[in-house]
Amino acid sequence: MSVNKPSAPNGPALETRGLCKSFGALTVADAIDFRLERGARQALIGPNGAGKTTFVELVSGGLSPSAGQILIDGAEVTELPQAARVKRGLARTFQINALFRRLTALENVTLAIAERDGVAGDLLRPAGRHNRVIEEAFALLESLGLAEDALRPVNALAYGRQRLIEIAVALGLSPKVLLLDEPAAGVPSSDTGLIIAVIERLPADIGVLIIDHDMDLVFRLARRITVMVQGRILVEGPPEAIAADPRVRQVYLGERAQGRETR
Amino acid sequence: MATEGLVRPGVTAAAAPAAARAAVDAFAGRHRYRLLEALPWVAAIAAYAVFPSYLPLGAQILAMILFALSADLVLGYAGIVTLGHAAFFGTGAYTAGILAANGWGEPITGLLAGAAMAALVGLVSGLVVLRTTGLTLLMQTLVVATLLHEAANKASSITGGDDGLQGMEVWPIFGQFRFDMFGRTAYFYCLIVLFLCWYLARRVVHSPFGRSLTGIRENVRRMHAIGAPVVRRRLVIYTISAALAGTAGALIAQTTQFVGLSFLNLERSGSALIMLIIGGVGRLYGAFIGVPLYMIAQDRFSEIQPVYWYFWIGLMMVLVVVFARGGILGLVDRLRR
Amino acid sequence: MSDALAAVVSIGFHGLAFAMVLYLISVGLSVTMGMMGFVNLAHGVFAMLGGYVMTSLMTRFGVPFVPALAAAAVATALGSLVVERLLYRRLYGGDELDQVLLTMGLIFMSFAAVTYVWGPNPQPMHPPRWLSGQTDFGFRSFPTYRSFLILCGAAMVTALWLGLERTHFGMRIRAAVDNLRMAQSVGINTSRLFTWTFALGSGLAALGGGLGADLLAITPSYALDNLVYFLIVVAVGGLGSIRGPFVAAVLIGVTDTGFKYLLPELGAFFIYALTMAILLWRPRGLFGRA
Repeated sequence: MSVNKPSAPNGPALETRGLCKSFGALTVADAIDFRLERGARQALIGPNGAGKTTFVELVSGGLSPSAGQILIDGAEVTELPQAARVKRGLARTFQINALFRRLTALENVTLAIAERDGVAGDLLRPAGRHNRVIEEAFALLESLGLAEDALRPVNALAYGRQRLIEIAVALGLSPKVLLLDEPAAGVPSSDTGLIIAVIERLPADIGVLIIDHDMDLVFRLARRITVMVQGRILVEGPPEAIAADPRVRQVYLGERAQGRETR
Repeated sequence: MATEGLVRPGVTAAAAPAAARAAVDAFAGRHRYRLLEALPWVAAIAAYAVFPSYLPLGAQILAMILFALSADLVLGYAGIVTLGHAAFFGTGAYTAGILAANGWGEPITGLLAGAAMAALVGLVSGLVVLRTTGLTLLMQTLVVATLLHEAANKASSITGGDDGLQGMEVWPIFGQFRFDMFGRTAYFYCLIVLFLCWYLARRVVHSPFGRSLTGIRENVRRMHAIGAPVVRRRLVIYTISAALAGTAGALIAQTTQFVGLSFLNLERSGSALIMLIIGGVGRLYGAFIGVPLYMIAQDRFSEIQPVYWYFWIGLMMVLVVVFARGGILGLVDRLRR
Repeated sequence: MSDALAAVVSIGFHGLAFAMVLYLISVGLSVTMGMMGFVNLAHGVFAMLGGYVMTSLMTRFGVPFVPALAAAAVATALGSLVVERLLYRRLYGGDELDQVLLTMGLIFMSFAAVTYVWGPNPQPMHPPRWLSGQTDFGFRSFPTYRSFLILCGAAMVTALWLGLERTHFGMRIRAAVDNLRMAQSVGINTSRLFTWTFALGSGLAALGGGLGADLLAITPSYALDNLVYFLIVVAVGGLGSIRGPFVAAVLIGVTDTGFKYLLPELGAFFIYALTMAILLWRPRGLFGRA
């Protein structure tokens, strides 16, 4: 009983038109026209300070733009607060885990599913009676290999597994657009494979945008890459084209080359 | 680790093994009544038989348990730190009191009127106060209570001002049960009202709404990110809590036939926090433990030397915060493990 | 017409004097709260102790005004160090409820302790001879002591501003208030910085308490009675600022005096409503930065 309305079959899952954000004289987002197609596996990369985090905050509703539009599934959400955008089908994970640390993994996911189904405002029926919600949450955890951690408090789990729960919570919202902000950040390299495997198996109709620095992860998971520099989109395209693009190399390697000269 | 593809959200676990079933059941069964929960009520009825000369104090304790319980909903469950809960307590008390002093002494309707007025104050002040967090929120709650305190002080023709409300006349309950001087009627009146309110609070706490409050307390950012209407939820619990606090105030007013400015002051708001920290915040039953201890101790001390009371309660607060953060229930938990 | 003008001038004058007292007491609270985010409801206790120590030195030991005031400020500052090291330190970055309860507990304990030592009655305060009576300012005369208060306040805010902007210590305070973690990573010993700032703030509060003893009576319940006013000045002015509390104190002081003079039936009602309005408009206070 998802609240997401049926939508135009061919439109992009997420779109921004002329999205701008300035703090006084400092422009952090400069007329960004961005599209994330339905079912996409796209990555947003760029050097530090490129504006990737700002872009995520603008899209998810943490920051309000100076100009431009944001559309989820063809419907404009620019004026809507974060919670309303979630209801329209947007979900995100945070670069640093933002979970309910003292609650169990199962509880974390049920809270998300309960919100999605609109039962979270129910004042009088015991939460335990909403069997469907609990079972779905458990099934979701199970499919991510987290079944045995279901009743353990999140702060007792390894960081890598917490990162997976972060993704589970976002998935519980049955989103149309999923923003993964550095999904493997802070995870020991031995556990990165786990997270990549989960992302590889995400449902095909969700548009996934991964924001990351880890080139291995990006090139493995993304079918399309957007490169952002100084608040503007530099170039977009399939991974091979991006890897070969001289401008991209300049942006990433140019800094290193400069560094070598000054030494 | 599962080797099949990711289960789509919306599909339930078809063949969950027994351990999984057990896990889900344990989680789902948290709201079921446990035998231990009958203890406070058994104790209350036993107290009636064992301490017949202390019933007036007992009635006050029961009413104050309701007050602390209402504060726990806001403080312990929703994580809203407020220094102005007395605003609702006092509103309920003065409403019931002014009605009774001006010709309408029917207790049940007076009680409901007190609860309704307090809920209104909670709703209106909540709209203002709950948009903020941290110090600003703390300040706003304090200012609301101080505002009402000042208003009650100045409107002395209605409220009696500094001297307090005089001339309250409360009629017998249902025309039958007169408020006697031994406090028998008062005791049962408070007990029944407390029971009904506790039942309501318990339902709310175990509902999906109540669970979402815990989420708001633990990580508000995450709640926004899953689409929860945070401000609205806080407003709802704030209003419910205000109604319960107002009920408690009305109970005290009706059973002691007196309302004074102290019903609205900072000390009154603080006492709710203190009683909760003794018993344990955010545990529903912290109030049942903390309030009797606090009030009985206060009763004893007021005979000896009131000033020392402040010293010891202050010292206790400092020690509890530093050493025993979870209160008595927290200590019990630690011992059990 | 000149009657109304005289009333305005009077209100302005007395309001300003009250504002200076409020400022001296609250500025320390604003800076320490902005720096450590610690809700210190017991700040008024330092102001109260300053008042008690000063009046005791003056009446019981005949110490002259200025040395008594200085001694009270220093003694309170030292005492505050003990409280900070022993208790407050444990709760930095912690639960707000803990901080509220701890500091409330301290208020209760101080109430009892002070009643035990000095009794429940307000302490008498007699300004020294050279500050009593009236001073002629040309266009009219004003009470000398109140004029002295205003002078002290003005001098203090200037000194604080200069100290904050021009000294090394002040620079470190500004950095820590702006971004604590950044300041730590730049090598500033924020723990020690906070202790010294806290002591300075408490000393100032004691100064304010002593100086303002005839405006805010020195009684055992001082800390609780005046808590709302101190918090209002800090919240309205904004945390972590020395300018903010000054503006807020002047606003509150003059408005409060004005209403007590012109509309005493309303009492402090308007102040509270004004506070709510300002905080609704600017939740961080007028000059808040933290």
